[in-house]
Amino acid sequence: MVLTLAFRNLFHDRIRLAVTLVGILFSIVLVAVQLGLYLGARKMIVSMVQQADADLWVTAYGAKSFEDSAALRGGERHAVLSVPGVTSAVPIVVAFNEWRKPAGGPTVIVLGGPDPEGGGLGPWNVVAGDLRDVIAPDGVAVDKSYLTDLGVAGVGDTAQIESSRVRVGALTNGIRSFTMAPYVFTTLKRARGMLNLSNDQATYLLVKLQPGTDRDGARQAIKDKLSNVEVLTSPEFEGRSLDQWLFATGAGVALIGGALLGILVGTVIVAQTLYSSTKDHLSEFATLRALGSSKGYIHRVILLQAALSAVIGYVLGMGIALVVVSFSEQTALPIVMTPELAAGLFILTVAMCSISAMAAIMKVTKIDPAMVFAR
Amino acid sequence: MKPQPVLQATDIVKDLGQGAGKVRALKGVSLTVSPGQLTLLMGPSGSGKTTLLSILGCILTPTSGSLTLGGEKADGLDPEELAELRRRHIGFVFQTYNLFPTLTAEENVRLALDVRGNGRRSATHMARTALTSVGLGHKLRSYPRNMSGGEQQRVAIARALAGAPSLILADEPTAALDSENGQAVMVLLADIAKRENRAVLAVTHDPRTLPYADRIIRIEDGVIVGEKRQKVKPSGMSNVANGKIGAHV
Repeated sequence: MVLTLAFRNLFHDRIRLAVTLVGILFSIVLVAVQLGLYLGARKMIVSMVQQADADLWVTAYGAKSFEDSAALRGGERHAVLSVPGVTSAVPIVVAFNEWRKPAGGPTVIVLGGPDPEGGGLGPWNVVAGDLRDVIAPDGVAVDKSYLTDLGVAGVGDTAQIESSRVRVGALTNGIRSFTMAPYVFTTLKRARGMLNLSNDQATYLLVKLQPGTDRDGARQAIKDKLSNVEVLTSPEFEGRSLDQWLFATGAGVALIGGALLGILVGTVIVAQTLYSSTKDHLSEFATLRALGSSKGYIHRVILLQAALSAVIGYVLGMGIALVVVSFSEQTALPIVMTPELAAGLFILTVAMCSISAMAAIMKVTKIDPAMVFAR
Repeated sequence: MKPQPVLQATDIVKDLGQGAGKVRALKGVSLTVSPGQLTLLMGPSGSGKTTLLSILGCILTPTSGSLTLGGEKADGLDPEELAELRRRHIGFVFQTYNLFPTLTAEENVRLALDVRGNGRRSATHMARTALTSVGLGHKLRSYPRNMSGGEQQRVAIARALAGAPSLILADEPTAALDSENGQAVMVLLADIAKRENRAVLAVTHDPRTLPYADRIIRIEDGVIVGEKRQKVKPSGMSNVANGKIGAHV
């Protein structure tokens, strides 16, 4: 009967129910979008580091993120390779640069120059063209989502980086940049040339260790051999990139702040409507109390009302959120919806509605059953 | 042998309000209510009869005095313990019925049984039996808004009856009803007292209810000023017993 009463109380006033559901729905969509954007941003920021096949990253001292690091001085590779347990140290050049569109006008890019023979980190998800064309003298790979930004139409189109002519040899899909500066892949040698780096310079050395090697020991040995470098594990480098782009810039704080705002707005709306519903049904709750119900019985009615609101609001809200997520897939910052986020949002919605029920419960706790005799 | 009283109130005093606004609503009321009797508590407005009903129903606690219900002391119990006492011993009938508008007649009765901890199947059976006994077997699925005042009051009586309490307390049960429906409700309450051997105490100021009472207690200014016992004619009770009271209401 508790469920029946909660359900009927909820559906008795359809307008109030609609207001409650709109509040929850708005809150869920807002939180889902904000947290989805946050997850999307995280995914973008760490995608390069995660994609790279490295146990350790050797970077110039003070590297802020994958995209924003000074070049190493040069000559570090041999020192790294001399450390016991190191199997490879693959150089890669990464730096902001300027892309000149064929029709004129510049755009900022992140130039990536992996070693095509050494592996480590190269373009992936190739959907058009051929990676062999990227190794060709003027070849580059770009992501198809940035074609408009780069002013090119597809494979075969040409543009210019610094004073070098480049030709799109391959298109990738899904390699997006949080900085909004598209990643453009070329070869290590050509990237060095474009950035005026010497033949033994790189931005990073991607270090692979023999299985079973003590990673911390190898890291310390590299540090002992090289001054003015940092040796980071992949998770450390991911964390540093996230700190730089999400927190130093305030972007992540804004996204999390938006999500908190959504939770707050949802909680207030649900609390307000539940409270007013409880006030409207106060004489009924007083009757229940007079009939001998425990406080817990009445609290269960209110909490079930909140839970029913949460479930209905969640289903509607997630439906809309998934539509928004699908529309965002081809945008510069796709919203990510994971099963964990969906489950977390459900728990959050139930918690939000339960907290919202507190004001109503406090009201009903003070109920005087003697009001059933009031004239 | 004289039956044991269901309710025993001794020297009940109740102060309402605080400070300068404090009023002594009951000034040492003692009474007993026994099974098989319909007792009327009558008095003018402000005489303290509703306050006394609230205390006898374990809804208000007295400032002083002692209350025993079904052999259990109610003195010094906290609100949850008093609620448990109400669950086990008392059925209420209210002036304005206090039915849940979003529930059907059967659900209204089942709710009171659910509160008492009855399972769904037994509660449904008991609710249907109670509604049939007040002549509403054909209105199980009707909502209060689709029922007359008399029918609603009979649902309320069925709700009070369903849990088989030893004491039924009715607050102005005929006040919102016309003469015919009021009479039918009083016949029903008298029948419940007699046929089911329950103690029924009704607060009223409606003189039309007098012929149905076994006992009439008068209260004025918080003090019982008189008591009368009378023999009741068994008119109409056979109709109730046959479940035909619905024809009058």
